[in-house]
Amino acid sequence: MSADSIVKLKDIGKIYDTGVEALKDVNFEFPVGKLSTLLGPSGCGKTTLLKIIGGLIDATSGEVWVNGKPISGPGPDRAFVFQDFALMPWATILRNVAFGLELRGVPKDERLDIARKYIKEVGLEGFESNYPHQLSGGMRQRVGLARALTVDADIILMDEPFSSVDEQTRRKFQEDMLDLLQNRRKTVIFVTHRIEEAAYLSDLIVLLSARPGSVSQVIKPDIDHSGKCPDEIRRDKNYLDIIDNIWRELKVYLC
Amino acid sequence: MGVSSIFPPISSILMVASTVLSSEKFIKAIEISLRTFALGMTLALLVGIGLGALMARVKTVREILGTWVNIFVSAPISALVPILMGILGIGEATVVATVFLFAVFVIILDTQVGISKADRSLVEMGHSFGANRYQIFTKILILSALPEILAGIRLGVIRGVKGVVIGQLLISIIGVGELFELYSKHFLMEEFWSLVIVVFAFALLLSEAIAYCERRVEYYAGSR
Repeated sequence: MSADSIVKLKDIGKIYDTGVEALKDVNFEFPVGKLSTLLGPSGCGKTTLLKIIGGLIDATSGEVWVNGKPISGPGPDRAFVFQDFALMPWATILRNVAFGLELRGVPKDERLDIARKYIKEVGLEGFESNYPHQLSGGMRQRVGLARALTVDADIILMDEPFSSVDEQTRRKFQEDMLDLLQNRRKTVIFVTHRIEEAAYLSDLIVLLSARPGSVSQVIKPDIDHSGKCPDEIRRDKNYLDIIDNIWRELKVYLC
Repeated sequence: MGVSSIFPPISSILMVASTVLSSEKFIKAIEISLRTFALGMTLALLVGIGLGALMARVKTVREILGTWVNIFVSAPISALVPILMGILGIGEATVVATVFLFAVFVIILDTQVGISKADRSLVEMGHSFGANRYQIFTKILILSALPEILAGIRLGVIRGVKGVVIGQLLISIIGVGELFELYSKHFLMEEFWSLVIVVFAFALLLSEAIAYCERRVEYYAGSR
């Protein structure tokens, strides 16, 4: 394992009980402190792979190594952000955000203080005592992000976090997320099927082939976020070229 | 004797009611009824929610008990009370058992449904943050199934009230059953009807109280 990688996938394969082969011989090392995106055609096993890294699904073959050790399930070094938010409808925003810490047995006052801090950071101050159904989709996913941040895991796994969020909200949320992650040296593994999103957010794009999924190409967008306003980046030639390249690559699987 | 002696005017029922309600016999009957009801319901809640949860989570348990629970939930349990009397004797134990049997099956069924259709992604979320089996159950599954469990409890309580009355009627020497028997045999219709009103009101009040809790729960479970 090279020094700067934090998650290592060794020959990961997954065959579902139904006989469907979702993943085959997936080998990859995710660099520490970077935002890597798993991008691929729908049904290529992106989410399955993310859940295997999260320890939520067992791989049929192969191993996942995190921080130099093979994993056998979920662990405190990884926090998950879910596509459907997975918020408890009976609990307030405050309790939802503190839930990861609650499960770890952190004393109530302490965990609520931490939760309040992150609620503020994701921009939901004032909504602590609201319930999830009183919030919009975008706000709910901010709760999901805050919950993942409270447990202070090295690695944050995000499963299409913006897919149930409308376009305007999504752009603002993407900026905010980059801001939040910038100074924390978090390693983020991000699943999406949106090429623009991958190109805009990622340090590294891992293109997966169609089923059974495996790594077909690795792209480094190398987009300079500092000092530029987001709309400038979206008109950047480099950015548009990358989107074009990825599209050409993915088109193969569509016909 | 005319209809008016069987259905006396409400004014005379209410007049008698105050003396009935304060009579020692009535207070004692209510005491016994409430005690046996509370005991039977507590058992039904514990066993009902426990078994329902087990059936939802463990396939073998579901396969063994599923058919039986479905038979008993629709069976006329009153027919079994004489047998209970034979086993448990003519006394409070039989009434407790009757309340239990009346209430438990619908609670089992509703709990099972609630837990089996609990949100999978919440369970996955719990696992991802390191929850153990106990935490998954107490912090996610039970709360996720609360609307169904409460519906089961409400139906169970309504059946339990029937159970306590029918049990005592069939035994007819304790509690409100004894009073019903006494009043109807001696044709004390005012007393009889005031007792009916009390029992009906009790059942309705309990059911409404639980329905109120249900609405509160439905309110925040609205986004499920």
